[in-house]
Amino acid sequence: MIPATFDYVRAGSVDEVIGLLGEHGDDAKLLAGGHSLLPLMKLRLAQPALLVDIGRLRELSYVTEEEDVIALGALTRHHDIATSPVTLSSVPLLAHVAGQIGDLQVRHRGTIGGSICHGDPASDLAAVLLALGATFVAQGPNGRREIDAQDFFVSFFEVALRSDELLVEIRVPRPLDARWGFEKLTKRAQDWAIVGAVAVRSRSGVGVGLINLGPVPLRSSAVEAAVVAGSNAAEAAAFAAEGTEPSADFNGSVAYRQHVARVLVRRALEKAGV
Amino acid sequence: MQIDITVNGTAESHDVEARTLLVYYLRDAVGLKGTNVGCDTTSCGACTVLLNGESVKSCTVLAAQVAGEEVTTIEGLALEDGRMHPVQQAFQECHGLQCGYCTPGMVMAITSLLAENPDPTEEYIRLGLEGNLCRCTGYHNIVAAALAASQALEMRQ
Amino acid sequence: MSILGNRVLRREDPKFLTVGGTYVADLALPGSVHVTFVRSSMAHARIVSVDSTYAQAMPGVLAVYTNDDLGLPKFPTIMGMTNEAMTPPMLASGTVRYVGEPIAAIVAESREIAEDALEQVVVEYEPLKVVIDPVKARTDEDLLFPDAGTNTSFSLDFGGDETLFDDCEVVVELTLANQRVAPCPLEVRSAAAHMSEDGRLEFNSSTQAPHGVRDALATFLDLEPDQVHVVTPDVGGGFGAKGAVYPEDIVVGWCAQKLGRPVRWTETRSESMLGLGHGRAQVQHVRIGGTREGAVLAYRIEVLQDTGAYAGFGAVLPFMTRMMTSGPYKIPRAECASYSVVTNSTPTTAYRGAGRPEATAAIERIMDLFAREIDMDPAELRRRNLIEKDDFPYTTPVDTVYDVGDYHRALDLALEVAGYDDLRAEQVRRRTAGDVRQLGIGLSCYVEITNGLPDGEFGAVEVRPDGKVIVRTGTSPHGQGHVTAWSMLVAEQLGVAIEDIEVIHGDTDVVPRGAGTMGSRSLQVGGAAVNQAAVDVVEKAKDLAADLFEADRDDIVLDKANGRFHVVGTPALSRSWAELAEAAAKDGTALFAEVDLASPGPTYPFGTHISVVEVDTETGKVNVLRHIAVDDAGRIISPLLAEGQVHGGIAQGVAQALLEEVVYDLDGNPLTSTLADYSFISAAELPSYETRFTETPTPVNALGAKGIGESGTIGSTPAVHNAVCDAVAHLGVRHIDMPTTPVRVWSAINDAVTGHGTAKGGR
Repeated sequence: MIPATFDYVRAGSVDEVIGLLGEHGDDAKLLAGGHSLLPLMKLRLAQPALLVDIGRLRELSYVTEEEDVIALGALTRHHDIATSPVTLSSVPLLAHVAGQIGDLQVRHRGTIGGSICHGDPASDLAAVLLALGATFVAQGPNGRREIDAQDFFVSFFEVALRSDELLVEIRVPRPLDARWGFEKLTKRAQDWAIVGAVAVRSRSGVGVGLINLGPVPLRSSAVEAAVVAGSNAAEAAAFAAEGTEPSADFNGSVAYRQHVARVLVRRALEKAGV
Repeated sequence: MQIDITVNGTAESHDVEARTLLVYYLRDAVGLKGTNVGCDTTSCGACTVLLNGESVKSCTVLAAQVAGEEVTTIEGLALEDGRMHPVQQAFQECHGLQCGYCTPGMVMAITSLLAENPDPTEEYIRLGLEGNLCRCTGYHNIVAAALAASQALEMRQ
Repeated sequence: MSILGNRVLRREDPKFLTVGGTYVADLALPGSVHVTFVRSSMAHARIVSVDSTYAQAMPGVLAVYTNDDLGLPKFPTIMGMTNEAMTPPMLASGTVRYVGEPIAAIVAESREIAEDALEQVVVEYEPLKVVIDPVKARTDEDLLFPDAGTNTSFSLDFGGDETLFDDCEVVVELTLANQRVAPCPLEVRSAAAHMSEDGRLEFNSSTQAPHGVRDALATFLDLEPDQVHVVTPDVGGGFGAKGAVYPEDIVVGWCAQKLGRPVRWTETRSESMLGLGHGRAQVQHVRIGGTREGAVLAYRIEVLQDTGAYAGFGAVLPFMTRMMTSGPYKIPRAECASYSVVTNSTPTTAYRGAGRPEATAAIERIMDLFAREIDMDPAELRRRNLIEKDDFPYTTPVDTVYDVGDYHRALDLALEVAGYDDLRAEQVRRRTAGDVRQLGIGLSCYVEITNGLPDGEFGAVEVRPDGKVIVRTGTSPHGQGHVTAWSMLVAEQLGVAIEDIEVIHGDTDVVPRGAGTMGSRSLQVGGAAVNQAAVDVVEKAKDLAADLFEADRDDIVLDKANGRFHVVGTPALSRSWAELAEAAAKDGTALFAEVDLASPGPTYPFGTHISVVEVDTETGKVNVLRHIAVDDAGRIISPLLAEGQVHGGIAQGVAQALLEEVVYDLDGNPLTSTLADYSFISAAELPSYETRFTETPTPVNALGAKGIGESGTIGSTPAVHNAVCDAVAHLGVRHIDMPTTPVRVWSAINDAVTGHGTAKGGR
C-alpha cells in the first residue's frame, strides 16, 4: 500500500516547524519517526497535503538529568529511552516500558513525542507518564508552555496541542526510592494491550496509570486515593475500574476489561510494594 | 524529488516521488529485490533492513526521511571475502528457512538484535523477533540459528 | 553408505540468504502495467452501478474493466460435486456476496496510479440481507443464490443408524467450532503475464500447481494448453490456499491478451486477508459412547461446513473429514454426515490439513470429555482404544483403509518424552495449592490421510555427457525443499554428488505434466516418480555399459561410491556416468528416463502430540510451556526437512488453538483484515519443540514414505486445545471453543465458578 501524494518538507529548526504549522494549519502533519502516521497514510486513513519531517531536529533528541527532573527531548526514540543510562538508573520504569513498545524495529524509529501526540488510549507510554506525573512542554509562536500530563489527553486521539504548537520536551519528576510494577495483557507480544496497568510508589507518593480503559489514557485517582488511605494492593485494586469506559470488541467485553484492570492493578501495586 | 542514500556501501541517487517508501526505493529505484513486502501494517518484518546499523521496517520509512543515511540490505550482508555472514551461515546450518520470503527480514533483524546483545538467551531472541513473522518454520530453527550465530560471532571476536 | 536419512543441508538456501528468492513481484517485466482490483465493501448487495468515469480520466489509467467487459464464463463446480448455481464469476456479476469480492479491474501505468485510481471508482450498492452464521444459513431463511433455492452447496448424508449408541453405558455429546482461519503465506498472491512474440501467453504465478494454472488459463481464455506457458518462480508459501486458481489470475491473463502489454498484479496483505481462501470453518456436533471401563463403541460426527460466498474447494472439505471420522481408534461403529453451506464471507479452501485436522479436533476433544465422564486418565483411554499394530491394513467403519502403523509406540514414546506422570503430579500440586497459574496437559493421538487425491506424478532424470544430472519433477515446491530431497534420491540411485544434480520444477514447457504440491503428496508420488526415473536410468546405463564392455548385462555393477560402472570382478576397468552419456550421445540417444507414476494410493501418517500449557486463571491468558511431538511418516528420507515440516505445522496448530480466527461482525464486515488485527502467531508466543520420529515404513510406495507436510498441524491443534481445557477442568469448565483467547478462557472459568452457562466470551 502506498500513501496518497503529499508535499514534503524537511524542517531544519523548531522555529521553521512552527512557522510551517502557522502557515498551513490542519493541512500539515508532523512526521517524527512516522510509526503512527505512515501506517495510517498507507491505508489512506490520513491524507495530509503537507508532511513536515521533523526527524532531523537532533536538538530534540536527548535524555538529561536535572536536579529533580529527567528531561526527554520529544524526538528521543523509544530505543534510546530503553537503553539510556539516565533512564535506566533514575526512571527504570520508563526504560522498561519504552523497551516493550511495538517491536525492536519500531523502537528504532518511533519517538516518545510522536507516540504521545498520537493520543492513543492504548499507549503504554502515556499511562506511564501519567503515573509518573510528567509534564509536556509545547512550543508555539509565543514561546513555550508546560502542560500537565493529566490535561494533555483531551479525547479519543486528540491532545491539548494547538495547531501551531510542537511538543518539544517531556519532563518527568525524578521518583525517589521508587518501586514500580507494569502489567499488560496482550494476545501476542507485538499487540497493543487489551488492558494494561502501571503503578509507581515513591517517597513523593503513588501513581497509577491505566492502558486502554477509555477514550484517553487514564490515571486512576480512586486507586491512588485508596493506597494513600492505607489500603493494601487487593483492596485498592478493587477501585481500578472506577471511572473507566473501555470499549468492547472480540478481544474482550467491558466487564472483562474492567475485571482484568483490577487484576493487573493489584499485581502492579504488589510489585510496587503496596 | 532527488534522494541520495548509501545502500550497501554504494552511493545511490534517484528521482522518486516524495511518497516513495524506503522498501520501494530499494526494490524499484535501486533494483535490489531481496527485501520483501509481507504486509501493510508494520506487522510482519519481511521488509526489515539496517538503517545506520539498526533494524527498521522499510515499509514504514519514507525514502526521503533517510536521505543521506546508510542502509544495508540482505544483498549487502555477506562478508567482504564473499563468504556468508555468520547469521546467514547459521540459517543454513540450522534450517532456519523454508519458503525464504521472511528470511531477508529475519536475518537483518537478528543481525541487529545480536549487535545489541551478543550473548542472548532464547527468551531474548523470541521476544526480539516479535515483529518478524514466519509461516513455515514455526520459528524453532530460526531461534536456533540466532543462538548459533551469537556463538559464532562471539568466537570470531 | 546411504545419503538417505542423513541431515543434508538445503541446496536452495545460499540464494535465499544472500540475495533473496525470486518471487513473482521480483521478476523484471519491462514496460509492464499494473492491475489492481476494486473490491466490495459490502457483504451482500446488489450492484446498482459502477462509475469509473473519474478513474478512467486519470493520467496513466489505461482501462477499468467489469465482468461485462470480460465476457468470461463462471468457474466450474468442484469435480461436479458442488451446487452449480454457486460457483464464482470472474468479477462480481450483479451481486456482491462478500467483503473483498473483486468488482472491477483497474489497469494503470504504475502501482501508485492504480492505487490512486482505486479511490476514484464509485460503486453504488443496494444492500441485501447478510447471512454470516452457517447455522443460520442452513435454515435457508435468507438465500445467497435465490435461483438455487437453498444455501447448501454440498452434502454427505449417510443416513444415520438410530441404534448406534444403544449398547453404550455412557454417551457424551458436544457441539464445537473449528473456527475460520487465514492461511497467511508470507508472500501474498501475485501474477505477471505477457504475450510472447509468437503469440503465446507467458504467465508467472505464485502457485502450488503451475500446470493447473496453465490449464485454467487455457480453458477460460479459449487457448490450447500449449499456447500457455506458466513459470512459477520462488513461491513464498502456500499452505493449500495457493493450490486453487483465483479469478484475479485469469483476469491478469485476459488483460495481457486484451492490451498486448505486460501486466502484473500483486495484492496487498489487506486484500489477501479477504481474497485468499480461508481455511477450516466447520461447526461440528459429535457424540461418543462406550463402556465405563473405557471401551469406545460408537461415534458420530455431523459437520456443518462454511464454504463462504461461493462453493469452491471449501465445500468439499468434509469429504476428507469423513474419511478420517474414527481417527486412530478401533471403534466398532462410526458415522459422519455433512452439510456445506454458503455464507457472505470469503470462500474457504484447503489450508494445511484440509478437512483432516477438523476430524482429529472433533474426536480428540470428545475423547477427553469421555475420559472425564468415566474418570479415566485421557492417555489410558486412548491406549485402550488405539488400533493395534497387528490390525493393519485396517478398514474403518467409514471404509477408509489405513495402510500400516504402530500407534501405541507413538503414544508411549510421547508420554515418556513428556515425563507424563511427573506433569500430572505437578498439576495436582498446583490444583491443591490453588495456584493462579494452573497447568494443563493435552494429548492428541492422530492418524491422517496423505496423497488423498488420485493424481499421479511426472518425474524425469537425464545424465548429460558433462556428467551433470538434470531432474525434472511435476511437483511444485514453495518451501518444502524438493531440490535437496530429490537430489538426495537421485544421488542415492546414481551414486553421483548432489552438487552435480539440477532439479527443475515449475515450468510447464520444461516439465510437461504435473499435479503440483499439496495434500502432503510430493515425496510419496513426485519423489517416488523421480526415484523410479533414476532407477530406470541406471538400468539404461547398464545396458550401455554391457555393450561397451562386451560383457553380460547381469554382470554390470554400478559402484555407487564412485559413480562408475564396471564388470563384476574387474573394478579397475570402469566407465563414468559422463562417459556413458557421451557414448549414448554418439549413438544418437541419451541417458534419459521419464516416468508417469500412477498414484500408488494414499498413506496414513500418525503420531501423538502432547502439549503443556499454563493458564493464568485471573486473566485467561495461556502460555505454552512445552510441545512434544512424536510423528511417524514412514521412512524419513530427509530428517532435516521432515522436522522443519513438523515445526511449521505445530506453530500453525498452536496458533489455531490459542489465537487465530477470522472474525466477521453480523453485517459481514471483516474485523481481522490486517496482520495487526489477525493474530498471526510469532516466536514470542511459542516454545522450542521436542520432536521425535518413529519410522514404520509403508508398503504402499517404493520409498516406504508417507507425507509429513500436514501432520504437525493435525496433531498439535487438539493437543493444545485439550491442554487449555484440561488446565481449568477442575474449576468446572467443560469446554472452551477455539481459539482459546484470554477473554474466552476467563469467561469460561467465570461462568463455571459463578454457575452460569458456557460463555463464548467478548461478543
